[in-house]
Amino acid sequence: MRVATALLALLCMPVLAGDPSTSLYQLHEKLDAQDGRAIGLDVNRGQPTLITMFYASCPDTCPLIVETLRDIERNLDAAQRQQLRVLMVSFDTERDTPQALAALAETRHIDTSRWTLAHADEAAVRRIAAALNVQYRRMPNGTFSHSTQITVLGRNGEIAYQSVVLGHADTELLRALRAQ
Amino acid sequence: MARRNAPKVLLINTAQRIGSVCLLALGAAAHAAAPTTALIEGGRFETVLPPTPDTKTTQVAPFRLDRALVSNADFARFVKATPQWRRDRVARLFADEQYLSHWASAAAPGADIARQPVTHVSWFAASAYCEARGQRLPRWYEWELAAAASETERDARANSEWRQRILDWYSTSARSKLPDAGASPANYYGVRDLHGVAWEWVEDVGGIFVSEDSRGQQDVSLQKFCGAGALDLEQKENFEMLMRVAMLSSMKPPYTSGSMGFRCAADAGAAP
Repeated sequence: MRVATALLALLCMPVLAGDPSTSLYQLHEKLDAQDGRAIGLDVNRGQPTLITMFYASCPDTCPLIVETLRDIERNLDAAQRQQLRVLMVSFDTERDTPQALAALAETRHIDTSRWTLAHADEAAVRRIAAALNVQYRRMPNGTFSHSTQITVLGRNGEIAYQSVVLGHADTELLRALRAQ
Repeated sequence: MARRNAPKVLLINTAQRIGSVCLLALGAAAHAAAPTTALIEGGRFETVLPPTPDTKTTQVAPFRLDRALVSNADFARFVKATPQWRRDRVARLFADEQYLSHWASAAAPGADIARQPVTHVSWFAASAYCEARGQRLPRWYEWELAAAASETERDARANSEWRQRILDWYSTSARSKLPDAGASPANYYGVRDLHGVAWEWVEDVGGIFVSEDSRGQQDVSLQKFCGAGALDLEQKENFEMLMRVAMLSSMKPPYTSGSMGFRCAADAGAAP
């Protein structure tokens, strides 16, 4: 009996130990948070997370992304809001150092106890964008041309919903978020 | 299955190596082993994918490019060394269900296709392969620049005969079997397989078709690009490149296709 249990445990282990095959947490990247902490994409493992890509010097879209994320939060009840985490990964590997991201967090009054702004190297940014299906290109003038979307991650990094709605909270996204 | 195939694969690779060494010995005796990459000097280059609407040219830094497409046998060695890229272990985040579906087993392609270019590989898998070699995928502009060369000319895009030969490939719809990797004639830079063999992944596949305005970009940028592309269609060779661009833009990073392969590249400073 004991052997059988041990055997069963062994058989189940890979399933229990691993993230779902489609989980974003299959991607093991090294990022730096705005406070200098070394983190992985799974920094918010166990909690529903909104992940998006941006760059700090972006004139229009990025302030709009922050506003959209805030509007999503406003649409949640207090308990859900407390659970929710936000991870914003920058395209701008050169300028968006942890210090620059910390400055942005301060200017925009971002609550860094729940929101994380992250820097990663170019190869990591490319893979993260690929995994999230975000398109981007560095323009000759140093700006970035990019698609914008907000992705809902489940507790184990599974991609639950992706929204391209900006400016206000997408009701479909809210539904997916509440289901987490 | 895997065990039976392995020695054959090894044999083929050895034969390939000996073959390329002999070829090189005929050409230049200076090198002891066949370099797998060619040095391409780069320069200012007129592209089908203008960096901005007002800029038609782009500056390409010197780089190294694989002389041939990566073969099934090459890729099998990578899979053996990094089993997380086996088709029965790969995370679905990185490759769709058709990934390496044409191989005889999860570990080996089968001797009949060992020398053919590997296809049914995702962008993630191709990137990981090149990274394991200390390299990277070529960027679109690098690929486009290398592919502008014919056997004799650095930029043959004005050569109508050469252009026609390339276009003929695209009208041959029923290609039942891929040619072996490296079997097509070497171009001006000594690079093979750029035309007439397979589509190829590029490092910046996610940067193709992106418009300046990111809002609602998915459809808008496609139309915007196609519009700009159509304006550029004064020269026929752009048609081939635009087909490549259209193909790449339709491929999401985990997607695989039986006609999509890859080769690796590196900055010019890297070892050959």
